[in-house]
Amino acid sequence: MAVNVTRTRINVPGGVLAFGWLLVVLLPVYYVVLTSLRSMEGFYSSNPLLPPAEPTVDNYGRVLEDDFLRYLLNSVVVTLGTVAITVTVSLMAAYYVVRNGGRLAGLTYKAFLLGLAIPLQATIIPVYYLITRAHLYDTLLAIILPSAAFAIPLTVIILANFLRDVPGELFESMRLDGAGHWRMLFSLVLPLVRPAVVTVAVYDGLQVWNGFLYPLILTQSPDQRVLPLALWSFQGQFQVDIPAVLAAVVLSTLPVLALYIVGRRQLVSGLTAGFGR
Amino acid sequence: MAVPALLFFGVFALVPLVGVVLLSFVSWDGISGMSWAGLVNWFNVLGDSMTYQALWLSVQVMVLSWLVQTPISMLLGVFIAARGRYRALLGVLYFLPMLLSSAAIAIAFKALLDPNFGMSLAFGIEAFAQDWLGDRDLALYVVIFVIAWQFVPFHTLLYQAGVRQIPASLYEAAEIDGAGRVRQFFHITLPQLRYTIITSSTLMLVGSLTYFDLVYVLTEGGPGNATRILPLDMYLTGFRANNMGAASVLAVLLVGTGLALALGLSRLSSFRRGSQLEGA
Repeated sequence: MAVNVTRTRINVPGGVLAFGWLLVVLLPVYYVVLTSLRSMEGFYSSNPLLPPAEPTVDNYGRVLEDDFLRYLLNSVVVTLGTVAITVTVSLMAAYYVVRNGGRLAGLTYKAFLLGLAIPLQATIIPVYYLITRAHLYDTLLAIILPSAAFAIPLTVIILANFLRDVPGELFESMRLDGAGHWRMLFSLVLPLVRPAVVTVAVYDGLQVWNGFLYPLILTQSPDQRVLPLALWSFQGQFQVDIPAVLAAVVLSTLPVLALYIVGRRQLVSGLTAGFGR
Repeated sequence: MAVPALLFFGVFALVPLVGVVLLSFVSWDGISGMSWAGLVNWFNVLGDSMTYQALWLSVQVMVLSWLVQTPISMLLGVFIAARGRYRALLGVLYFLPMLLSSAAIAIAFKALLDPNFGMSLAFGIEAFAQDWLGDRDLALYVVIFVIAWQFVPFHTLLYQAGVRQIPASLYEAAEIDGAGRVRQFFHITLPQLRYTIITSSTLMLVGSLTYFDLVYVLTEGGPGNATRILPLDMYLTGFRANNMGAASVLAVLLVGTGLALALGLSRLSSFRRGSQLEGA
């Protein structure tokens, strides 16, 4: 911990910038929450930054009636599915890369490193082609498969970096006890790398939860709609009913906000996974 | 044991990367069959002034985003890296935008910036009453501002972590030598943050090529084509105008630019790596 202890004088320019930016961050958040509690009549007539005279939760009711829970469930399925696949196959790959140590393992690691540089946006047309060919278009699986594929490189790299710190003797002694790869993976590796698994799972999960492009190009029916896409179509559907649209924005953020309040440290370390050095 | 991971990665990342090059030589509307098109798509796309406009808009977004976000993120990161209760609280609030999806952020700002019911009315200030997203000359800068709103928290986090790794002894020594805060910043903090600056800038510059969700929901590339950056041009060409071949050409340009940028930046950083520990 190397923070200078001498910084006790008041830092005026720093403080001005810090609180100025705080205002910039909080103003839209404040506006969204406030407006989501306004009635339609109050919406057009009152000052948008003053609290509503008669706050109402009707907007939330309208959003919930409009299949919001269905979209929420879809998002949960897609997020959990993607994270489960990504973490499982990445942990296996990381174990192989670190424990094998051969030429092929080195090449595998390099391939994943290279994979970090592939921009997801640039591959949407071939991915769309593959998904329609596989008759998966307009299913949740269509979102899960490519999302997992793009989460795998970073996940493998972070887990592999973590696994390298596990002393080799631990593996040796287990091997002498006759443990196979699978037993080592589950009874040795998994407990040891649990913090790293949580970190990458949070990072991958948030990416998928907020993902927009794959759902946009790979699904179309309301049945398969996930939250970010639902927000977008609420906007088209409710048109001028901005309070309802913003209520949907608030509702879609609540699960992540709850997670932020419960596990802020894991979430923040998850957000900078692999970059925070 | 690496097979499943490689399989996933291969099918949905590597194959598409090759596939997009192949598709750029094909005529396809996304629904019916394909036919070979040779270089037609390439001639069309490279002969279209929209391509250069999209490229130029992307470059503007990239450079201006970097210029706006880097100083803000760095100063905020330095500020909240210091100990103190209220600084920790500031950190908690600063990171809120990272929790929101691009779609949510775009919708919120669209409402906030609406000339009829947004905050333009709240303050009663003439200059605020603009059609922020409907004005051709303003829209791009508004987009860059909203991008900054979304991504400054992440980079602040990087700088905060970077600052916390600077040895305290450096500051103690400077203090004894009588260096003030400004000199400490320029002679210790800034040079010590060199690697954080490179990491953050790389992520920012390469990442700026891929902004899609936010701009799409915020403006759909409009008004006119005023914010139709490269990824948006690609999406609209492929999925709206149903010209997947031409869109693939744009995708190849996107990958090429991104890779060139990433390689250039990493060369720049390895070139300087020799002097990492000076003064530590």
